[in-house]
Amino acid sequence: MSDRYLNLVNSPLGSAVATRVGLPKPAVLRRYKSGDPILPGPVLIGATTGRVKASLIKLVTAAGADVRAAETEGDRWGALIFDATAVATPADLAGIREFFSGRLRSLLPSGRVLVLGRAADGADITVDATRQALDGIVRSLAKELQRGSTANLLLVEDEASLGSALRFFLSGKSAYVDGQPLVLGAGVAPAPKDWDQPLAGKTALVTGAARGIGAAIAAVLARDGARVIVADLQQAGEALAKVANRIGGTALHLDVAAPTAPEKLLTYLQAQTDGLDILVHNAGITRDKLLANMKPEQWDSVIAVNLQSQLSINAALLGSSLLRDQGRVVCLSSTTGFSGNRGQTNYGATKSGVIGLVRSSAAAFAAHGDSTINAVAPGFIDTEMTAKMPLATREVARRLSSLQQAGLPIDVAEAISWLASPGAGGVNGQTLRVCGQNLVGA
Amino acid sequence: MEKKVTVKTRRAAIVGGNRIPFARSNGKYSHASNQDMLTAAIDGLVARFGLQGEQVGEVAAGAVLKHSRDFNLTRESVLGSTLAPTTPAYDVQQACGTGLETAILVANKIALGQIDSAIAGGVDTTSDAPIAVNEGLREVLLDVNRAKSVPDRLKALTGLRPNQLVPTIPQNSEPRTGLSMGEHQAITTQEWGISREAQDELAAASHRHLAAAYDRGFFDDLVTPFLGLTRDQNLRPDTTVEKLSKLAPVFGTRLPGGVEGATMTAANSTPLTDGASVVLLASDEWAAEHKLPVLAHFVDGETAAVDYVHGDRKADGLLMAPVYAVPRLLARNGLTLQDFDFYEIHEAFASTVLTTLKAWEDAEFCKQYLGLDAPLGSIDRAKLNVNGSSLAAGHPFAATGGRIVASLAKMIHENGGGRGLISICAAGGQGVVAILEA
Ligand SMILES: NC(=O)c1ccc[n+]([C@@H]2O[C@H](COP(=O)([O-])OP(=O)(O)OC[C@H]3O[C@@H](n4cnc5c(N)ncnc54)[C@H](O)[C@@H]3O)[C@@H](O)[C@H]2O)c1
Repeated sequence: MSDRYLNLVNSPLGSAVATRVGLPKPAVLRRYKSGDPILPGPVLIGATTGRVKASLIKLVTAAGADVRAAETEGDRWGALIFDATAVATPADLAGIREFFSGRLRSLLPSGRVLVLGRAADGADITVDATRQALDGIVRSLAKELQRGSTANLLLVEDEASLGSALRFFLSGKSAYVDGQPLVLGAGVAPAPKDWDQPLAGKTALVTGAARGIGAAIAAVLARDGARVIVADLQQAGEALAKVANRIGGTALHLDVAAPTAPEKLLTYLQAQTDGLDILVHNAGITRDKLLANMKPEQWDSVIAVNLQSQLSINAALLGSSLLRDQGRVVCLSSTTGFSGNRGQTNYGATKSGVIGLVRSSAAAFAAHGDSTINAVAPGFIDTEMTAKMPLATREVARRLSSLQQAGLPIDVAEAISWLASPGAGGVNGQTLRVCGQNLVGA
Repeated sequence: MEKKVTVKTRRAAIVGGNRIPFARSNGKYSHASNQDMLTAAIDGLVARFGLQGEQVGEVAAGAVLKHSRDFNLTRESVLGSTLAPTTPAYDVQQACGTGLETAILVANKIALGQIDSAIAGGVDTTSDAPIAVNEGLREVLLDVNRAKSVPDRLKALTGLRPNQLVPTIPQNSEPRTGLSMGEHQAITTQEWGISREAQDELAAASHRHLAAAYDRGFFDDLVTPFLGLTRDQNLRPDTTVEKLSKLAPVFGTRLPGGVEGATMTAANSTPLTDGASVVLLASDEWAAEHKLPVLAHFVDGETAAVDYVHGDRKADGLLMAPVYAVPRLLARNGLTLQDFDFYEIHEAFASTVLTTLKAWEDAEFCKQYLGLDAPLGSIDRAKLNVNGSSLAAGHPFAATGGRIVASLAKMIHENGGGRGLISICAAGGQGVVAILEA
């Protein structure tokens, strides 16, 4: 569904009116197109220590960015990166103010702010408090940025996935990821042979792929080189076949909530693949009702499709040899899983449950040939699921994020394809929000 | 040295199939053409097996009721599909035997090494059926077209008569007898003494079995929904013999015995249906290279025909040709009728199946007409049409063969191996039969 308001305020007349009456002015976000430069302009890097590490400059340059060592009057920046991994006392935080404050106004539209920090580790109270402070800085800065620019925080425990994370966060692939922290840990994270085809040679399966976010995920995985199996209910088979034929994939009728689903899936994988590299648990349903009025079938079906199916299929895969080494599982959560939502106790249960599921499964997946499992929590994304919302609620919900607009299925898909790529091997057990820094749940 | 070409043969594998749910005539597919439905069936198969852009050895399919614009129906469907446009295709037409005949044709080519992969299938619509201009009108129009001058044309047009403007709608009747298929089968039913109860029981079982097969997900990888239909529209899961016994007979009411003696109803006869089905066949090597399964192999096929126009009223019934084809097929393969794990006998009418079985049990008939010393004998009825057949699913003429071949291959595969017999009767007194094995 097209966002009429967004189109309107980006027309000359609409823009003038919106400015005069103080209406929100959502920007047209910069999204990834193959062949586009990674950023709209050059990059300036700063550091708490005053000296930017050569290894960081090398990684940012390798990502295709133009890193400037010196600044000249009137420079306009595609991205501002600040390495705050060395912060240890609250006084150290001043360096961040100093680096950004004079330069934020010269950030180009859809520019990127990235702060590198470290996760609190319990070793020292002052250090931990200071590290945690970065979170508040980035979240607040993200709300301050305009014209489609975003700010995110990379907590670097290990540099294994830093290069691949930089490529994702600087590019248009992260258009709708804003105000989020992400831990980059140790892991096996080889660079792909071809960065334009990071999933070449991989076999992927996406559940609930007949439409919406699932269909977009399947298309992006295929674009990135994977051979994709798209799965959905038999009833959705007509649309599913079209998705498969559009992306050159294979269609599988599978009800993920059926008790026989794990066994059916394993049998299929055994017969028609050499094993699975990527699994995306995307199938999901809503049956919204206030808890006071919720019927057992509304409760049970949501739990079965959105949470139990993921647990059962993961257990079956881990118990088989069909998930290949350095496998990647990505689960769909939702910002509702963080913030809750009126009328969604059942849905909220499952989406919070998924956050717990990936956190607790990380070790088991790491032990399975250095595999990973992560979740993506979309905010308000324009699909048939959200089209069911009443018009006024939907219009308001669309604006309730720092980017003042709904995300597109492709935004969720880009994050998933990155988490599914070899280079993201250092990210495990985490939930990444793709929500435009949503102010409430979705 | 003179070079000699040696011909090696191999067995064709059945990799899988796809069909769209079958719709009742003038139901969900009333505005879908044969080409729309066949293309959808092919595209569903392509999606299931990841064949986008693939050049398949050949596609053979056909339709019984065909518009003249569909002279190249299968090739046009291929061009509209996601298969490689360089995939050759041709149409086949052998009445209700079309679907199975296409499978035999391409299996033979695979066996001879002429091709490595093929799609066989069929489609029919009784909703979007071709309407022909009246024969008189057609002749006048052709005369007009041939006339050279305007006065000659006008003269030719004076040949027009008002009754010639009434179009001819295709009929389900035999050109040489003027009898509909149902009326023909009613004669056979009466000659063989097939009871109403037995027919109703077979019809109820067909619905029960088909519903159960859907419920356990048997069709999950055989059927792709089309135009909002997800299951066969004719399926009545709650049908009982009790309910069926209340229906009035529709065929055979003018035979000796009258309405009282007539046994064939709308429920124990197949309804007019729209739909399409396709099957993917290949060599074992092709299947392995594409990492695709082999469900079963195509063993052999046979076709027979009876002289229903001049022949014996009992022994040469219009739909009795499979009765003659099967013993020939068994003899050639050194098998008995009991050497099978599954029997798929197309339910054109419940009584067709029952007559076929009865004839094979009849020592006198087997001796006199099949030239056998002993009757073929009876079969274990628990192995007959175990996942339902045409009475429940419906019967879009040319699409039935593909439905049966794909389903039977999957049954054999699920069973961990075995052998299945397919028997399909066709208009014109023909019958097409085949054996699958794994
Ligand atoms: N749209 C949003 O704003 C939003 C926000 C947060 C999270 N999500 C999550 O993203 C995922 C996709 O959402 P969407 O908006 O694309 O939804 P959608 O309703 O458009 O698509 C969901 C797909 O899942 C399939 N499905 C449902 N039950 C299934 C089952 N038992 N087995 C297999 N497939 C099944 C459906 O047939 C459908 O094709 C869901 O998990 C949803 O909770 C969506």
